[in-house]
Amino acid sequence: MKSLAELKAIKEKMQSQVGLRTESSADVRVLVGMATCGIAAGARPVLNTFAEETAKHHLNVLVTQTGCIGMCQYEPVVEVYDADGTKTTYVKMTAEKAARVVSDHLINGNVVTEFTLGAN
Amino acid sequence: MRELSLHVLDLVQNSIAAGADRIRILIRENDARHLLQIRVEDNGCGMTPQQAKQACDPFFTTRTTRTVGLGIPLFKMAAEMTGGSFRIDSVCGAGTVVTAEFDTGHVDMIPLGDINGTVALLIRCNPELDFEFRRSFGEKELALDTALLRRELGEDISLNDADVIGWISEYLQEETGRLLSGRETSAADTLRTDDGKTDRNLPSGTQERKGHTR
Repeated sequence: MKSLAELKAIKEKMQSQVGLRTESSADVRVLVGMATCGIAAGARPVLNTFAEETAKHHLNVLVTQTGCIGMCQYEPVVEVYDADGTKTTYVKMTAEKAARVVSDHLINGNVVTEFTLGAN
Repeated sequence: MRELSLHVLDLVQNSIAAGADRIRILIRENDARHLLQIRVEDNGCGMTPQQAKQACDPFFTTRTTRTVGLGIPLFKMAAEMTGGSFRIDSVCGAGTVVTAEFDTGHVDMIPLGDINGTVALLIRCNPELDFEFRRSFGEKELALDTALLRRELGEDISLNDADVIGWISEYLQEETGRLLSGRETSAADTLRTDDGKTDRNLPSGTQERKGHTR
């Protein structure tokens, strides 16, 4: 049974780690299109996969939602902004493709060209 | 859309765009009456009566990236297809309430789907906003209010911390199990959720759809 006491434990654990964590905001941002078109095309599992995989690998990446950018036929669309400001647009994403982008692009720094807008 | 929970996700995006900082998602199910009610309440900027009417027009949108706005019209259609109802009550400057009722016994009823996934995603992406989620099934109810969690966690810990989101997901799963225990499920009620797990927490009354499982 989940209880609020467990939240207290999470709070205490986090507070004990405060000294260890660097308080820099995330350099890399992952934006998932979450308008009607994106949601209907399957953006929810894509965003959840990005959030879970980046948390699992302790990456300093901000995963969040954005609106419709006007390419509804390519949804789910994901924009990755690297630390140097470079933007990569991935299109027609799935949860499996998202996991691959996390391991290849976010961890190893290699853009997955075959999933980008240019290749589709 | 394949699930009503995706429509809810879409509706709440409207609330967020309207500048709301407190959003209530209310789901009420009554098996005996074959009724499912979905209601989204926000304290955003609201709409004038004319805007509320325009929101139901698929060729009206306030955005500039495209010329159609399908969110509300699609949700309205999903409700009306089952012989249910749809309404928007909005007060300019105070907020908006969107209510839809579905006849769960109707052949065109779309399953509720992974509503917990929708709630968890909304909290994860909008940790600064407050969400209240209530789902009732007959006499039983589950509730999650991020304002309470926030009080428990203090100001330093964000609601989108991985541990906190994990707790929220498990809490919702447990509570949903308690809520729906004892309810009869048929093969047609089973649907795979986003993460591939089997979800039996779907509105019942879809027996007519047997043989059409996904």
